[in-house]
Amino acid sequence: MGSGNGTELNLTLKVWRQKNTKATGSFETHQLTGISTDMSFLEMFDVLNEKLISEGKEAIAFDHDCREGICGMCSMYINGRPHGPKQGVTTCQLHMRSFKTGDTIVVEPWRSGAFPVIKDLAVDRSAFDRIIASGGYISVNTGNAQDANNILIPKTDADEAFGAAACIGCGACVAACKNSSAMLFVSAKVSQLALLPQGQVERKERVLKMVAQMDEEGFGNCTNTGACEAECPKGISLENIARMNRELMGATFK
Amino acid sequence: MSQGFLKTSIGKKVVMGATGLFLITFLVVHCFINCLIFFNDGGLTFNIGADFMAHNWLIRAGELVLFAGLIIHVFQALILTLENKKARPVGYLKVDGAANSSWYSRSMGLLGTLLLMFLIIHLVHFWVKSRFTGLPGHDTNGNENLYAVMQETFKMFWVVILYTLAMISLAYHLLHGFQSAFQTLGLNNKLYTPIIKKVGIYFSIFVPFIFALMPILMYLGIIK
Repeated sequence: MGSGNGTELNLTLKVWRQKNTKATGSFETHQLTGISTDMSFLEMFDVLNEKLISEGKEAIAFDHDCREGICGMCSMYINGRPHGPKQGVTTCQLHMRSFKTGDTIVVEPWRSGAFPVIKDLAVDRSAFDRIIASGGYISVNTGNAQDANNILIPKTDADEAFGAAACIGCGACVAACKNSSAMLFVSAKVSQLALLPQGQVERKERVLKMVAQMDEEGFGNCTNTGACEAECPKGISLENIARMNRELMGATFK
Repeated sequence: MSQGFLKTSIGKKVVMGATGLFLITFLVVHCFINCLIFFNDGGLTFNIGADFMAHNWLIRAGELVLFAGLIIHVFQALILTLENKKARPVGYLKVDGAANSSWYSRSMGLLGTLLLMFLIIHLVHFWVKSRFTGLPGHDTNGNENLYAVMQETFKMFWVVILYTLAMISLAYHLLHGFQSAFQTLGLNNKLYTPIIKKVGIYFSIFVPFIFALMPILMYLGIIK
């Protein structure tokens, strides 16, 4: 860890603790002193967990993996916002310099009926996996890599498909949405394939199945507040939701 | 048409958007006709319009479609709201909604409920009298005098306040609803969306403002 500006923070943490899916959880308050502003938010949690373990208490469960903002594992609803106060970052990319000494930080798990709490701050996001499994794939054999310009794809389509493909499936859209809607996630996964030639074979079937699975999982309905787009660490656009709506209408009224 | 579509979350939203846009077209018609009071001719021109609207069979049939549209809009909203509440059984302790969305986009149900309550009062004030319980006679042109009812109603201070507050609710409801309907119907691209959003803002401010002017100017005696 670099020396940075050397500032240290004293913080009060209000963390959601829940033994398992069935248990009713509650908030637990912890005092932390001497937290370096260079730490990431997750490193701050590591420090807290070390402290809890040394006191003979149970560590706080939270999801994390790559810690460089590309895997989509870390979650945490921090002070009323998914992935905390910064835009366009995941929790692992949030640094303690975004906070002031004396701050009280409330940390909650993603809240959605479709994302049951496994333990503490870790939630079960397998609903997303089931949506992908229902149609978010292509089954055509694309063969070897094509020669450049063999399959012509308009630049705008390529860019939009790439933009949609940037989704890491973290679930911040669901956590941010007042309706727990998964439309931004599902629309990104529908769009990335609908825009490219390889996705055309199952285009209609795909959107029908993925929307059906999304609804079955119990996510809420989109009311276009735009909270998902604003909180998405990968900047997935609301245009994808409009495209999914078009795709579904096109697939239904063919 | 596929039965399943209307049961999907997207289908339900399309119904909201489509009925919303339909209700917006009604607002335009309603506003145009009411603007006839601005001729300030003792309501003679306005009564021509009102009399026509009350007796033309095509308009009366359209009125039924309008009510159907309104009822669908309200009930679909109710169903969606209940479903959305169910989707998050355990809520957050702290929510910073202002960080990622406008308060009115998150309060469409509340604004809609206020509008519905206003609408019932509004219908009792004018529509019930015009269609059922009868108007106070005819004007010098021989048209039914709905204008006289307006004059009576807008003499009351609380009514003027109520109508003004309702139009503020309408403005915020439209501010989200107008552009939101296009997004739901699948129209969102870099060329048209900025135009739709701009038109939506002008529309949402202009139309409720014109409506609110009517009771205010009549109360102040500027329109006699």
